[in-house]
Amino acid sequence: MNAPPRDPPGLDIQDVTVTFGVPRAEGTRGRDPSDQQLVLDHVSLSVRSGEVVALLGPSGSGKSTLLRVIAGIIVADSGRVLVHGVDVTQRPTHLRGVGMVFQDNQLFPHMSVLDNVAFGPKMAGIDRSERAEHALTWLRRVGLEGFEHRRVTDLSGGEAKRVALARTLAGEPAVVLLDEPLTGLDRDLHDRLAGELGALLHDADVTTLLVTHDHDEAATIADRTAELTDL
Amino acid sequence: MDGAGARVNRLPRRLLIALAVGPTVGLAVFYVWPFVTLVVEAVDATVIADTLGRSSTWEVVWFTAWQAVVSTVMTIAVGMAPAYVLARYDFRGRSVLVGLLTAMFVLPTVVMGAAILALLPDSLDRTVWAVIGAHVVFNLAVVVRVVGSLWEHLPTDMEAAAATLGASRWKVATQISAPLVRPAVTAAATIVFLFTFTSYGVIRILAAPGTRTIEVEVWRRATQLGDIGAAAVLALLQLVVLIAIVSWSTVAQRRHAQAIGLEPTSARRRPQTVGERRFVTLIAGSAVLVAGAPLVALVVRSFSTPTGWSTAAWTGLGRTEIRPGIRVGVDPVEAVVNSLGNALWATSFAVVIGASASLAIVGAGRAGRALDGGLMLPLATSAVTIGFGMLITFDTSPVDWRASWWLVPVGHALIAVPFVVRTCVGVLRSVDPAMGTAAATLGASSIRAWWATLVPYLWRPLAVGAALAAAISLGEFGATSFLSRSGGETMPIAIEQLLGRTGSILQAQGFVLATLLAATTVILVVVVERLRPTEAERAER
Repeated sequence: MNAPPRDPPGLDIQDVTVTFGVPRAEGTRGRDPSDQQLVLDHVSLSVRSGEVVALLGPSGSGKSTLLRVIAGIIVADSGRVLVHGVDVTQRPTHLRGVGMVFQDNQLFPHMSVLDNVAFGPKMAGIDRSERAEHALTWLRRVGLEGFEHRRVTDLSGGEAKRVALARTLAGEPAVVLLDEPLTGLDRDLHDRLAGELGALLHDADVTTLLVTHDHDEAATIADRTAELTDL
Repeated sequence: MDGAGARVNRLPRRLLIALAVGPTVGLAVFYVWPFVTLVVEAVDATVIADTLGRSSTWEVVWFTAWQAVVSTVMTIAVGMAPAYVLARYDFRGRSVLVGLLTAMFVLPTVVMGAAILALLPDSLDRTVWAVIGAHVVFNLAVVVRVVGSLWEHLPTDMEAAAATLGASRWKVATQISAPLVRPAVTAAATIVFLFTFTSYGVIRILAAPGTRTIEVEVWRRATQLGDIGAAAVLALLQLVVLIAIVSWSTVAQRRHAQAIGLEPTSARRRPQTVGERRFVTLIAGSAVLVAGAPLVALVVRSFSTPTGWSTAAWTGLGRTEIRPGIRVGVDPVEAVVNSLGNALWATSFAVVIGASASLAIVGAGRAGRALDGGLMLPLATSAVTIGFGMLITFDTSPVDWRASWWLVPVGHALIAVPFVVRTCVGVLRSVDPAMGTAAATLGASSIRAWWATLVPYLWRPLAVGAALAAAISLGEFGATSFLSRSGGETMPIAIEQLLGRTGSILQAQGFVLATLLAATTVILVVVVERLRPTEAERAER
C-alpha cells in the first residue's frame, strides 16, 4: 500500500550560504578572497504549512539576512528556497508570494493608511472598491478602524506596527516573514501586541517565520522555535 | 552665559564697519545702481507698449520658453537613470563618471557649445536640436546631483517592502520611488529650466543666426541695434518670469515634501545579479559616452583640417593673418592674455571683497544677514542683465568707465563674490566660538582673539574661492559680451567669433581655444576639490 501523499512544507530553506564582501581598505586595489565574510553557512530550515516558527539567535548571526534571502532581496551564493513545494530561488521578490514586515515598518509616507494596506491587493490587480473593502477589513482586524485616512507619518509606534502587519497580511502571501516586528515598543505595548500578533497569525493560518532575539516573544507568538546557530 | 560672553568678546563695531564698507559700496555701485538704472530705463509706458506690442518680442519669448521646457524635460528624462545608478550602485569607474559629469557642468557655456558643435554632423549644426543637446549634456550633473543625493539616502527597504507586496520593478519605480524623489526632481527641473531659459552662450555658438532667446535678444537690441529701452523691458520681463518659476517651484516642493526616514549613510551596493550588472554597465556606459564624447570631439576637431590631421591650428595660434596682409580681426593669443589678466584681477577683487565680507558677516551675527543676502543678489540675476546694467550706467561722465581696463574684471568679480562668500562663511561659522573665549581668558583682546582663532581658518576656503573665481572669470561670456571692447576680447568672446567664421583653420583655432579653456577650468575645479575641507576636518573644528 502506498503511503498517503504528504503536503510539502509551507517554507523550505535548503543549504543556503551567503557571503558578503568586506569594503576594501582605503588606498588598496583589486580583489582579495579574504575580503569575503561568511554570513550564512549551509543553513536549512523547514516550516510546515500554517506553522509559526520563531528564529532566535544572537545579533549578527544572520537572522535578518536569511529573511532577505527568502524574500529575494538578497541573492544567496548557493542553496534553494521553496514555497509550498515550488522552487522560488530564481524568482524576483514580487513573484515569490512572500510578504515581509520590516523592523522599521517601511510604510509608504506618500500614501494614507488605507492606501498602504490596499497596496498589495492593488498590485494583485483587484479593483478599487474591492481592495478598499479588503483593506478596511484588515484595519478592523488589527484594531485600527477609523484610521484609514490618517497619514502614516502621524501614527504612534504601535499603530504603525499594526498598519505594517495589516499591509502584509492583506496581500495574502503564502509565507509571512517578520523581522523583529516588535522591537522599539515599550514593554506594555510589546506584550499586548505580541499576544494579538500570535492570535492574528494563527487565525490567518499563514506559514510564518519570525525573527526575534526575545525568547518570551517567541514563546508567545510561535508554535516552535529554532536557533540559527543550530541550523 | 554664552550669549553674555559673546557680547563681552564681540569685535569692535569700528572693525566690523571697516570690513563691511568695501563690499557694501562695491555692491551698491556695481550692482544696485546699474539695476536701478535698468529699471528706470524700462519703466516707460511707451517703451513697454512698443516692445510688448511687437510680434517679434513674443516670438522670442515663445522660443525661449519652449526650448527651455523641452530641454528640461529631456534632461530629466535622460538624467534619471544615471542618477539612480550612481545613487544606488557601487561599481568600478563610478568616481570617474561623477567627475566627468561635474566637469561638464562647470565648463563655460561657450566651451559646451563648441564641444557640441565639434561633435555634431554638419546637418545638425546651427539647429535648435544642437542647442537642446548641449543643454541636456550640460545640465545632466544637476539631475544626478540633486535627485541622486536624495535617492542615495532613501531607504532601500521601502522599495523591498513594495516588492514583497507584489510590486514589479516598474511598479516600485513609478509608485514608490518616483513620488518620494518628486521634490528633488522638481528642484532639479527648476534649476535646469532657469539655466536653459536664460541660455546665452550656447545659443550664440550653436543656434542659427535668427534664433534668439530673451538673453540673446537683450544683447542684440542693446549692442547691435542700440534699442536700450526695449532691451531693458525684455531683461525685466525675463526677471519676472524667473521669479514666478522659482515661487511656483518653492510651493510645489513644499506641497510634495514627505517626512521620509532617510538613511544616514549611503545605501549604495555592488550590483548582485547578471541583470543588475548589465543594467549598471548600460546606463553608466551611456552616460560616459554622452558626457565624454563632446569633449573628445573638441580635442579631435582642434587637430582636424579638410586635408587631414594637422597641428597647424595649435602652432599658428599667434598668427592673425589668414593670408599675407589679410587679418581676421581675432587674435587668439591676445585673447588668452586678456583672459588671464582679467582672471587675475577679478580673482584679486573677489578674494579681497569676499574675505572682508565673510569676516563682517560672521562677526556681525544677525546684523550681517543683510550684507550676506545683498551679496547673493548677483547670483539671482543673469550675467547678461548685470553686463547690460553696467554698460548703460557707466557711459556718461564722470562715470564713463566703459574704456577702463578694470570694468570687465569688476563685472566678473561681482559674479564670483557670492561663491567666495558662501565658501568662506560656511567654514567660519563652523569654527567653535569657545576657542575665542578661551583666547580671551588667556589675556587676548577681542581683536587678537579673533585674529588668532578665526582668521587662520579663512585661508583654505579663500583659496577654494579664489580658484572658483578664476574659473568663473575665465569662462564668463554674458557680462563680458557687453563690457569688453575691441582688442580686449577674452577667450570665450574669441571662441564665439572664431567659430562663427568660415574657414577650417579659424574653426580649428576656435576649438583649440575651447580645449585650452576646458582644460584650465577642469584643473581649477580639481584644485577646488582638493582644497575643500573633508568631513573629518569639518568635524574637528
